[in-house]
Amino acid sequence: MKTFYWLVKREFWEHKGGFFWAPVVTGIVFLALNFMGIVLGEVFGRRNNWGVFRYGDMHFKGSMTPDDLNKAGAFMDMSLYAIAGIVLCVTAIVVFFYCLGALYDDRRDRSVLFWKSLPLSDTSTVLSKVASAIVLAPVIAVVIGVIVGLTLSILFALVATMHGVGLWGLLMAAHPLRVVFNMVLLIPLYAVWALPTIGWLLLCSAWARSKPFLWAIAMPVAAGVIVSWFGLMGIAGLSSDWFWTNVVGRLLGSLMPGGWLTNASPLSGVGHDDPAALVSQMGLAYHYSALASPSLWIGAVAGVAMIAGAIWFRRWRDDG
Amino acid sequence: MTAVVTATGLTKRYKTSLALDATSFQIASGRIVGLIGPNGAGKTTALKAILGLTTFDGQLDVLGMDPRKDRDKLMEQVCFIADVAVLPRWLKVGDAVDFVAHTHPRFDRAKCDAFLARTKLQRGQKVKQLSKGMIVQLHLALVMSIDAKLLILDEPTLGLDILYRKQFYQSLLEDYFDEEKTILVTTHQVEEIEHILTDLMFIRDGKIVLDTDMDSLGERFAEVLVGSELAAAARELNPLDERQVFGKSIFLFDNVSRPQLERLGEVRRPSISDLFVATMKGTYA
Repeated sequence: MKTFYWLVKREFWEHKGGFFWAPVVTGIVFLALNFMGIVLGEVFGRRNNWGVFRYGDMHFKGSMTPDDLNKAGAFMDMSLYAIAGIVLCVTAIVVFFYCLGALYDDRRDRSVLFWKSLPLSDTSTVLSKVASAIVLAPVIAVVIGVIVGLTLSILFALVATMHGVGLWGLLMAAHPLRVVFNMVLLIPLYAVWALPTIGWLLLCSAWARSKPFLWAIAMPVAAGVIVSWFGLMGIAGLSSDWFWTNVVGRLLGSLMPGGWLTNASPLSGVGHDDPAALVSQMGLAYHYSALASPSLWIGAVAGVAMIAGAIWFRRWRDDG
Repeated sequence: MTAVVTATGLTKRYKTSLALDATSFQIASGRIVGLIGPNGAGKTTALKAILGLTTFDGQLDVLGMDPRKDRDKLMEQVCFIADVAVLPRWLKVGDAVDFVAHTHPRFDRAKCDAFLARTKLQRGQKVKQLSKGMIVQLHLALVMSIDAKLLILDEPTLGLDILYRKQFYQSLLEDYFDEEKTILVTTHQVEEIEHILTDLMFIRDGKIVLDTDMDSLGERFAEVLVGSELAAAARELNPLDERQVFGKSIFLFDNVSRPQLERLGEVRRPSISDLFVATMKGTYA
């Protein structure tokens, strides 16, 4: 267990730039853009007193109704999810390339010989990379995403205060802790969902003698093209759409956060005008209803099998 | 004598070539063995087989284990330095020490710190900022702090300047080697390790063609400086090799009795490199 901890730590040392700095920079850029937007809005609003839209007078008179406050809170919750989602998307891209290089880069620069001179099993080496990809990186992204989201909420609340809406009332209406809690609880689902992509990329990374990126992309796409071609020829039982979605898509695209949503039970008639209802309906239960879909489990099993393959290649690949 | 490595009929076939050709050898504990051979003779393949880094046919026993099956366990007792540049470039000196300290059960941290204190290495430096010589100092400090039974060195000083090369072997001898440990080293810079070896193996075309300890090497092989008048007599004794220096001939003999040779001229012990060149004649032809 101690060894495994140090193996994951090693991954973090090597990929600090991708796992930590990439989401941090994304967050900072995001905050800066929003800040610039707010300043722009304030300045234009004051300068141009556009017709009816008299910005300078635009103070909310009196307090909001509880219902309004509730909606505003839900809106802030949604922004939190969205911001964490953006950071997670950046991390997903980082993890995609991380997996492609994880078992290849050290073979290319021969430092694999150093790691292999230590009493570390190939199984724990590969699993430490899996853990870095599906636990470490998403957790860092969620934490950073939520910090960025909260900073932005405070920024918006401050602006709102300037226009007469109580800062604390608005922040209290949001549920940042619940958002964090939900996001963290979604990581296991994300991990299971991402397994086929992680497994496939690690397999290519462990197997390819050169250019793992090309192999990883080319093989599924070529397979898809061939299936489509047979589909065009009208051979029964082959639906190329199904293949693209469930094989090519799952092999290459499962790192996308929320990818399981197409497999979750459909939302029952929620209007977009009611954010509070939307947020509460899109709770954990909704997300985890994806567990009922075969795509998730078949993908996970395939992912585990490909990770086993990656371990085998890691053990026996002889680069001559 | 306990054998650290026992190979029987060790064979490794690559797609187009035979890297190890049913070769058999034994390495005893407490020895420093030089495995010397021309490029492509199978040195690295043999080391890889011992380290469990490749598949092979035949039998191989390393410290009582099969390197194919028990690699993880075996590596607690076996260390290796593959060549100079294999430490990952992003790794910091301090992190490298921490990592090995926490993952290797036989690592002695105090020892490692003491070795590093004798160098200019600093904890915060990354490997990519180090010179080749400093990388090897770091690698050697890590490896020498591990109480392993077998240390395998594959061209460990390739590309280093002579100061680092001398220092490398000197550290190994003074601070590391003892009768409990065994070192197996391959290198092309034969002259530099000649005086530290206890045993010598020549490998050619996947076969061990010479396997001897240094003492019997001196008894078995002899180099004789022969004047031109006795050269014909010398040639009759089937020399391994003959070369001309200043009008005289130097003959290399295998297993010819000492008194017989002394009649021909001045007898001395051949250097490993001369012996190597004589043994490997025609390798690249």
